[in-house]
Amino acid sequence: MDWSQFLEEAFLVSLLAGALRLSTPIILAGLGEVYAERSGVLNLGVEGVMLMGAFASFWGTTVTGSAWLGLLIGMLAGAAMGALMAFFTVTLKVDQVISGMGIYLLGGGMSSFLYRIAYGVRMLPPSIEGLSGLTIPVLSDLPIIGPVLFQHDALVYIALILVPVLGFILSRTTLGLKIRAVGENPEAADTLGINVDATRYLCVILGGVLGALGGAYISIAHLKIFADNMTVGRGFIAVAIVYFGKWRPFMTFVGALVFGSAYALQLWIQASGAPIPHQLLLMLPYALTIVILAVVARQARGPAALTRPFRRGEG
Amino acid sequence: MSVLGLRLEKRPSPSPALRALAPVATAVLALAASGVLIRAAGGDPFEAMAAIGVGAFGNLQNFGETMVKAAALILVGLGMIVAFRTQVANIGGEGQIIMGAIAGTWLGLTLIDVHPAVLFALVILISFAAGAFWGAIAGWLKARLQLNEVIVTIMLNYLAIYTLNWLVRGPMRAPGLAGGFPQSEALAQAAWWPRLAGTRMHVGVLLALALAILVTVFLTKTPWGYRLRAVGANAQAARYGGILVGRTILLAMVISGGLAGIAGAGEIYGLHHRLLDGISSGYGYTGIVVALLGKLNPYATVLAGIFFAALAVGMEAMQRSLGTPFALIASIQGLVVLMMLLADVLVEYRIRKA
Repeated sequence: MDWSQFLEEAFLVSLLAGALRLSTPIILAGLGEVYAERSGVLNLGVEGVMLMGAFASFWGTTVTGSAWLGLLIGMLAGAAMGALMAFFTVTLKVDQVISGMGIYLLGGGMSSFLYRIAYGVRMLPPSIEGLSGLTIPVLSDLPIIGPVLFQHDALVYIALILVPVLGFILSRTTLGLKIRAVGENPEAADTLGINVDATRYLCVILGGVLGALGGAYISIAHLKIFADNMTVGRGFIAVAIVYFGKWRPFMTFVGALVFGSAYALQLWIQASGAPIPHQLLLMLPYALTIVILAVVARQARGPAALTRPFRRGEG
Repeated sequence: MSVLGLRLEKRPSPSPALRALAPVATAVLALAASGVLIRAAGGDPFEAMAAIGVGAFGNLQNFGETMVKAAALILVGLGMIVAFRTQVANIGGEGQIIMGAIAGTWLGLTLIDVHPAVLFALVILISFAAGAFWGAIAGWLKARLQLNEVIVTIMLNYLAIYTLNWLVRGPMRAPGLAGGFPQSEALAQAAWWPRLAGTRMHVGVLLALALAILVTVFLTKTPWGYRLRAVGANAQAARYGGILVGRTILLAMVISGGLAGIAGAGEIYGLHHRLLDGISSGYGYTGIVVALLGKLNPYATVLAGIFFAALAVGMEAMQRSLGTPFALIASIQGLVVLMMLLADVLVEYRIRKA
């Protein structure tokens, strides 16, 4: 093989643009998980939420004929899954790891089940036009940066905009302060008059909506089909990169990019017929996550009240 | 200050009868929920239930299929009991099953002229060791660096899946005729685990039942089991009591992973007789549900394993005869987990208006 093509602009551009596309669902779901965890709720069920989002938005698109309405329906499904998770962990105060497993299994199963109810068992899956590309004028004409950053569909831009927005809200606003207080010390937050339960509900539901958006991106924007289990673990990766990103939106975004780049590179290696087994490359991000977690373990400290339910009067 | 205006009030003396009934009620509700979903899919729920029953237990062959699935689920579930009793959430059953299967297959393809009984014992050992090793990575990282075992075990699942995926397409791929599929060479017939005539029910079923007894004895009658339970009940107190918490966590993950590894060996030597992609098909996750429905009790977990295996086998049969989707089973598992949690809350607490 010719390694010099690595340095060619066209190759680099397509690799980077692909990396961004493949990162997008993880960015969205990861940001949502940052909020849920900062409020004290570990939602392990993101994978199931994403699958429900992927199905609901796909179904919504075929029914309404509009990808945007489909997206809205997907977000509603994500909000419902988030509310269910919040009901168990915040209202019923049960084990978050086990509730998360339940949400994962339920979302994964129901998305496949509902798909078959909606479309029957077909040889050819229904196809949709999906979310179309949105090339940003002027900016997209910039060399390299243009095609890498500004020739995508709307969800990619939304994800990129959400990174600073959600980062700003979390670290610079009263709402962000409340969320962090609830996740660090719910008893103190309660004493200060912050509604701990409502704040957690809000964050877990937001996490559900963003997870569903991530799933929707895969079904109606990227692949334009729905398939069983089509998120193939991206929801779990989203949970992992939150640790990787030390519960901060920007670093979580960086973690998502690492995963997306590895996927993109792996796809390219597979296509190029290079003598490296592509599976080894696919393993890289997972192995890297463990290594990085081990390296930063001593400094990485999650929200103090993560996975701890809040009961008034039980400090 | 609650969202739904509900408040949990601890019952002064929760009824032991209710506590014991909760899993049974959950299983019944799960069946009812399947009925509703089957109805939604346009099927007749009663006809479907009958089809599931016949599919799972209708004749010796079907019963054998159920027990084969149950064996794998019980083995994984037993491992989950050991982990969850220690308050270690092992979500890595999937990877541990795969590693056990890989190691077991490798041994069988390498040691050719060994007596089948010796090979059987060696395969169990090496599969246990491989699953245990995969579990131990997460256990060690948790014990030494306080890394979240949930994240690490999930990452290890993917590493195992891709390792398997690579092996059956690369180094372990069968040459020649069978090479059309990504799979290893077949094991010598002498090495296959014996089956009950007319069924695919293999000796792994007996192994699973024997291990249920062994795990019970281990947990209740040995000092190691006592330490595991002590750490699970209150790690801080256990540490003050002189228990090495880190080592105990590592031990829990070793046993938990090892049992899943044996399940992997069973899938190879009892069923497929060669290594192939997707040998685990979600047992690692279902095993958790099975252990939870079994209330982390080995014998109850045996029953829960048979329940889920029957549901899966029956639904597969139903899908063939009635065309109702198999995707149902994952939904039911999710519902069981959530209903189980809800039932626990209802047993221990009264739900009051805030």
